[in-house]
Amino acid sequence: MIEAKNIDFYYGDFHALKNISMKMEAHTVTAFIGPSGCGKSTFLRLFNRMNDLIDATRLTGECRIDGADIYHKSVDVDELRKKVGMVFQKPNPFPKSVFENVAYGLRVGGMTDKNRIRQRVEAALTGAALWDEVKDKLKKSAFELSGGQQQRLCIARALAISPAILLMDEPASALDPVSTSKIEDLIHVLKKEYTLVIVTHNMQQAARVSDKTGFFMLGELVEFSDTKKMFLNPEKEETQNYLTGRFG
Amino acid sequence: MNKRTSQRIAFGIFRILGISVVGILVGILGFIVYHGVGAVSWEFLTTAPSDGMTAGGIFPAIVGTLCLVAGSLTIAVPLGVMSAIYTTEYAGNGRVIRLIRIMTNNLSGIPSIIFGLFGMALFVNRLGFGDSILAGSCTLGLLVLPVVIRTTEEALKAIPDAFRTGSLALGATRLQTVGRILLPAAFPNIITGLILSVGRVAGETAPILFTVAAYFLPRLPESVFDQVMALPYHLYVIVTSGTDLEAARPVAYGTALVLIVLVLFMNLLASFFRKILDAKKG
Repeated sequence: MIEAKNIDFYYGDFHALKNISMKMEAHTVTAFIGPSGCGKSTFLRLFNRMNDLIDATRLTGECRIDGADIYHKSVDVDELRKKVGMVFQKPNPFPKSVFENVAYGLRVGGMTDKNRIRQRVEAALTGAALWDEVKDKLKKSAFELSGGQQQRLCIARALAISPAILLMDEPASALDPVSTSKIEDLIHVLKKEYTLVIVTHNMQQAARVSDKTGFFMLGELVEFSDTKKMFLNPEKEETQNYLTGRFG
Repeated sequence: MNKRTSQRIAFGIFRILGISVVGILVGILGFIVYHGVGAVSWEFLTTAPSDGMTAGGIFPAIVGTLCLVAGSLTIAVPLGVMSAIYTTEYAGNGRVIRLIRIMTNNLSGIPSIIFGLFGMALFVNRLGFGDSILAGSCTLGLLVLPVVIRTTEEALKAIPDAFRTGSLALGATRLQTVGRILLPAAFPNIITGLILSVGRVAGETAPILFTVAAYFLPRLPESVFDQVMALPYHLYVIVTSGTDLEAARPVAYGTALVLIVLVLFMNLLASFFRKILDAKKG
């Protein structure tokens, strides 16, 4: 379970997240929607501490995964990121072969047994619904794959190290409709084993894939509820306006 | 004069200037080849000088120059690559880093004869290396250090941040990211830095003058504490202070030709290597 309590976040003087609290249950898909610059990606990146890489940021509030404070001094950030995987907006495979891309996380984690690595790579590629397409070109450069395949390769790369949580930051926004629907199908399957949090600017996508939806605006969490309820009968007027396309 | 005519004239002049650069290079090469090719033979490449350096070959000087290239790169590449990794990947953008950057740029502006003096004071005398390959390599290594740092920095900066975040998001440490993703990706561009360094090291005379170069030493070095002859210094010697300058003139042009071909050959080798790496990466 992921839990955020009274989160405030600043980029320098800019107050990017304002007093946000939210709980996400295991094995559910939570979607964050909202206009550009509303803070949804910033909020997502708190949970694997990718915001740590940006200078001059400040965080107050509590961020817990399965009860443990992930910003506690004793937390090993590299270990945290092995448990909380991430898929980025643009596919970002490494300049290595298909196989080595997926094996990367295992190798940096210290795995050396060739057979085990091969098994895990195959399992991860199968899990990302990519195995059948790439099993004959594992040694080819990852850049030879199509954009949609590259994104599923990045998902496989994240799955290979068996995270508990998978964060997806607009994972389909750079892809064509066919690739997008493949990713969405995949999200439905992955839900059984992983807890997923997905940022999207596509409201239909949020409606299709998620159990719960959070609507962000200007750094605030305006509304957070079951996806069905939010899309059929939103509580707040801002949510209603955004969903009906009156702005954003 | 209308706009089109003035454009045509302007670009006409630029064109002539552009072509004349090629002309200058071809002129220099042609001049050296024309005068030097007669002197170059198998014997010239494989034997030591004789008859007061008016006859025989330049083998010891070729070996000496190769030793200095290898030695100085062995020193400059690890030092330069490691400091470039520090400044681009670890240090952020604080005051110390800006100071290091400015100093690196200044280092490359110091005249090479100053490096020679400094090398003599530090390596030859203070550290007691004597006139030796070691002292000369250290001096030349310092000379090309800014080039190596600069090109490695540029090579690392050219790598998209998405590789870094992708690697870190998989739980890799920053050191693992450097070793497994960034350095392999930057490698072909780092090679470019090496090419520039090789040309510089092979051709410099001033830094080796007081630190390693021998006037006449017709045997090969046995350890890094030996002196060697080197092509650029040998060239200087036979043009200015031989026993019979006129008789030695063909040897001088031959030496110049060998030096140029040697540098060109090493550049070709490096860019060939680079092509293979690029192709492998896909």
